[in-house]
Amino acid sequence: MQELSVRHLLGIKEITPADIQLIFETADNFKEVLNRPIKKVPSLRDITIANVFFENSTRTRLSFELAQKRLSADIVNFSASGSSVKKGETLLDTVNNILAMKVDMIVMRHASAGAPHFLSKHIKANVVNAGDGTHEHPTQALLDAFSIREKLGEVAGKKIAIIGDILHSRVALSNIFALQKLGAEVMVCGPVTLLPRYISALGVKVELNVRKALEWCDVANVLRIQLERQQMKYFPSLREYTLYYGIDKKLLDSLNKEIVIMHPGPINRGVELSSDAADSQQAIILNQVENGVAIRMAVLYLLASRV
Amino acid sequence: MQKRLIVSNQLLQIMLERLAQQLIENHHDFSNSVILGLQPRGIFVAERLQKILQRIVGSPIRTGRLDITFHRDDFRRRENPLMANATQIDFIIENQQVILVDDVLYTGRSVRAALDAMIAYGRPQKVELLVLIDRRYSRDLPIEATYIGQQVNSLSSQRVLVEWRTPETSEDNIWLITKTEEK
Repeated sequence: MQELSVRHLLGIKEITPADIQLIFETADNFKEVLNRPIKKVPSLRDITIANVFFENSTRTRLSFELAQKRLSADIVNFSASGSSVKKGETLLDTVNNILAMKVDMIVMRHASAGAPHFLSKHIKANVVNAGDGTHEHPTQALLDAFSIREKLGEVAGKKIAIIGDILHSRVALSNIFALQKLGAEVMVCGPVTLLPRYISALGVKVELNVRKALEWCDVANVLRIQLERQQMKYFPSLREYTLYYGIDKKLLDSLNKEIVIMHPGPINRGVELSSDAADSQQAIILNQVENGVAIRMAVLYLLASRV
Repeated sequence: MQKRLIVSNQLLQIMLERLAQQLIENHHDFSNSVILGLQPRGIFVAERLQKILQRIVGSPIRTGRLDITFHRDDFRRRENPLMANATQIDFIIENQQVILVDDVLYTGRSVRAALDAMIAYGRPQKVELLVLIDRRYSRDLPIEATYIGQQVNSLSSQRVLVEWRTPETSEDNIWLITKTEEK
């Protein structure tokens, strides 16, 4: 019997390739569960999970909540807006108060990088990172890699280009770690102002020309321009970004091969990805969303055995 | 560790033939009946029975695989987490007569989990249980088999091992294994 090498899922950096494979194999079984007439199993019926979101989220939060409900866990939802955090309560006090209500696991999203790592050192409950600032978003990277594996058979040996706002993206960093651990080649592509200066130290190729990146890759993971995180102007205008880095069907059709298009959502339609590209047969964006529930079920199930 | 042969290769073949005949007696041509082998070891019994039944009945017997991992009651009560196996049920069980098949009936907890898992696929008309070995006086739950290969009396410290033919071994055997304390 295998088990995860970690008690918390804080980031992809902390887990092993064997952990990722175990999560994938477990998620395969949960995908089957999600296609049953009754999409619910009683595995976590004695577990209480708190979803602690200090930042806005739609997809991730819904996906985690659905995964928890499918596993029969009891859940409590906490969002920072309208909470005691606004009255000056610290993160640790907030979480300890939630834990005092006999909560076993914490799924947390926070604007500060390292917040879940800090928390994991101070509390007994298992912590799942649902995104921490511009640092990591491990479950998104797992579902992305799982979707590639599902579409192309395996991740090893595949060429994946991550295109767009790499600088502000937690998805990009987690994806780089996950894909490299699974044996894929990774390239990042975007305006030089949106690429971290020493990104090549992570062992990724760097490309400034989107067409060259698309010609090189098997899969393009297109990222959103994160205007909410940008403290200054990184490019003259959205129109100019779209002109140089936007991907549309015409560009995809002009390539000499058919590549897979991914996007972690939400899409800025007409900016990084046109509607005809996002809705094309090449896009697996909705498959990613579906796989998100199975992956999160797998993560919660495997971590729950260590509660 | 001591191994005692409780069902030999020859006896096991006879046992499977008998169980198949008993099933035919109640299910006739299997037009309204399906077999579900319980993962992980019940599937081998189900596959053997399917072959014998198809030979006798002369028509395909609908056989599936049911994984019970996510429905077990000992998750987080074991040293190791439970790894799931694939569930493969390519037919509707609604209003069908379902025969659950496992290799060994011991505490009854696996069968309880199987009933729970099966309900996710519909409401069967009737459910029966077939086991190769029934470990008597060991039940934690009020569950009994409809069809039994052989009943054995065993201690809780013992284990029943059903060994199926592989490229390395030419025989099917059922063993009673007793762990011996090393002095």
